[in-house]
Amino acid sequence: MDVLYFAWVRERIGLPREVVETQAATVSELVAELCAREERYAAAFEDLSALRVALDQELADFDASLEGVREVAFFPPMTGG
Amino acid sequence: MRVCVQHEAFDLGTESARFAAGHRDMGAIVTFTGIVRDLPDDPMEAMEIEHYPGMTEKAITAMAREAVTRFELGDVLVIHRYGRLQPGEMIMMVATAARHRKNAFEAATFLMDYLKSRAPFWKREISASGASWVAATEEDEAALSRW
Repeated sequence: MDVLYFAWVRERIGLPREVVETQAATVSELVAELCAREERYAAAFEDLSALRVALDQELADFDASLEGVREVAFFPPMTGG
Repeated sequence: MRVCVQHEAFDLGTESARFAAGHRDMGAIVTFTGIVRDLPDDPMEAMEIEHYPGMTEKAITAMAREAVTRFELGDVLVIHRYGRLQPGEMIMMVATAARHRKNAFEAATFLMDYLKSRAPFWKREISASGASWVAATEEDEAALSRW
């Protein structure tokens, strides 16, 4: 699946998007897999309460299922307007 | 209903006039415009606005549709810019048309509250002392609870 990062999450991880091969069933499992990879992921995902996630461009929760999902995006709380 | 996510500047007068024309059955038009505000103690060189292409348009369109239904709007316009902007530039505008002013004002406030916290934009302020991401505030999040 495609995994996208925005704002300071993108800066900490060091790339805007990547293709991830995963068997993770939920967002939380995907986060755990990414954190186990390298320190920069662990640094970005250190405090999940400071992060938001979107599945196929709809806001979701970290315990949401990844079944059928093609695009996951992680980002800080939005500051539009 | 029109939703524009763009880098280019827009002309407030032209957009407002175009929006106001052609709504003979709507007695009230409210417009709100957001400006890049300079920092009083640390002059800003620029504000950079990042967004999530695709999701941004979808999220704003969903908010606009909700506003039309909830406040019985005759029309709604949202323009939101991204990219590098200078202090004093217009970031965004919202216009709402309703039969009476109460709904037009409330719909504009509703849209601003949602754009602030639910449209995927992230602002970064760049000044002589460095660059920093604008943090979301608890007040902004709390503002949603009244809707």
